[in-house]
Amino acid sequence: MRAKAVEETQAGSLVLLCLAAWAIPGLGHLWQRRRIKGLIFLLVLPLMFAIGLAIQGRLFPFELGDPLVGLACIADLGVGLPYFIASALGLGAGDVRAVTYEYGNAFVMTAGLLNFLVVIDAYDIALGRK
Amino acid sequence: MRSHILLLALFAFFVSLVFSLLAKDDPTEQVRFGGMMFAGFIGAAVVLGWLMYPFPF
Repeated sequence: MRAKAVEETQAGSLVLLCLAAWAIPGLGHLWQRRRIKGLIFLLVLPLMFAIGLAIQGRLFPFELGDPLVGLACIADLGVGLPYFIASALGLGAGDVRAVTYEYGNAFVMTAGLLNFLVVIDAYDIALGRK
Repeated sequence: MRSHILLLALFAFFVSLVFSLLAKDDPTEQVRFGGMMFAGFIGAAVVLGWLMYPFPF
């Protein structure tokens, strides 16, 4: 009974860790005292996301009717809170006529996808695999 | 900022940096892995660019 309660507590804190690591890039590593890695992720991923928006990248809406747009939205969402802040500020309209539009999308989506990998890395560290 | 090569290099730098930190724990190995990856990105882009040069579209 006690072992089960400990497992549930551990599972709960793992979920919290992963949510925190997703919401704020690098927070999962900072939480586990991997300060240098955490700080670099905290600087680099939001910077990459911001550069993508600055060069006319688009924040895609979640549309199930168009699978590619839906997948792009999932990639965008990977960056966590910066996505919601940018949406709230009305950024990420994108300009398809801009020369840098595709570059912008690549930056924005890749920042999100890299953050998914960072979350998985934080999870592995928490489990003692790394 | 509209320079394609600059944006390419910036993208390659960020991706190489994150991957090197995720894949390696030793700082020396991180620098080596990140440098190889960055060079691979730039080299592949230049080679593919030249291969596509004759295409009319």
